Amino acid sequence: MKATRWSIPLAIFVILMAFLYIGLNRDPREVPSPLLDKPAPAFVLSQLHDPASKLTNADLKGKVWLLNVWASWCVSCRVEHPLLMQLAASNIVPVYGLDYKDKPDAGRAWLAQNGNPYTLSAVDLDGRVGIDYGVYGVPETFLIDKQGIVRYKQIGPLTVESLQQKILPLVRELQK
Amino acid sequence: MSRVHRFAFGVMLGALALAAGATKMDGPAPDAVFDLRIKKLESELRCLVCQNQTLADSNADLADDLRREVRGLARAGKSDDEIKAYLVARYGDFVLYNPPVKSTTWLLWSGPFGLLAGGALMWWIILRRRQKSQLAAAAPDPDAEARARARLDKDDDESVSAG
Repeated sequence: MKATRWSIPLAIFVILMAFLYIGLNRDPREVPSPLLDKPAPAFVLSQLHDPASKLTNADLKGKVWLLNVWASWCVSCRVEHPLLMQLAASNIVPVYGLDYKDKPDAGRAWLAQNGNPYTLSAVDLDGRVGIDYGVYGVPETFLIDKQGIVRYKQIGPLTVESLQQKILPLVRELQK
Repeated sequence: MSRVHRFAFGVMLGALALAAGATKMDGPAPDAVFDLRIKKLESELRCLVCQNQTLADSNADLADDLRREVRGLARAGKSDDEIKAYLVARYGDFVLYNPPVKSTTWLLWSGPFGLLAGGALMWWIILRRRQKSQLAAAAPDPDAEARARARLDKDDDESVSAG
């Protein structure tokens, strides 16, 4: 009976510590996307550089592609931009841009100044496509497979680690 | 009162009457019921940018867009549950301030009741233990009683043998 006097509080303490320790390593800003392994929401949007033409995800069926949500007003987009330029130069996977809630003029100027890594960019003026994709923090990047299924979602800027450890291996696997 | 003053006064009165008429016409229109419903719905939804605020409280740009979307869906005749389902499909259960009961959330829902039950159990055990120790202190030691009885019996035997 004497052992329970301290063993119960100790057990509670250990459990509490375990929970707090797990909580310490989780990012509360990273909301798991319900879109994973589901078809990418359909969109038909004007192209940034040719507003008369449309870009729709139906056109991209049959290839693996990245959808990168960006904007000229987005500060962290500048962080991932060099990586996107490298990725575009490597020709491993096409990157399509979604210019989110941006003035098309500002978007075009931003790309002219910093370089354009996108095969094509579409303009989401009112952010409605962004809502369909569950975008809440630009930049976000979606990996979409040949069947049009979302396979990965990166919230926040791309990093060398996220590209090398998660996105590129997945791309290679999906391209098979 | 000069003519100009009288004219100005008249204009003001007219404006007041117009304003009063306008507010009377706005009155408790069905819009108020709709607004109340939207307000309640928005207070049950989380803003994804500033995560500890409801959609109703947040000034974030995305919250603005989502409020517009909620309003639009409600105008289109969607029910509260349908609107919530629309947002959950895009942002996950995280947008709901009341998370649904699921296998991953049962601990969240049952945890507080479990802790309450645990506390009640501990309380009961401690109370019983204390009661027992108090009774033990108050009541004579059963061993002592037995010893006393044994001694008495022994005395009786002795007196009998002596007699």
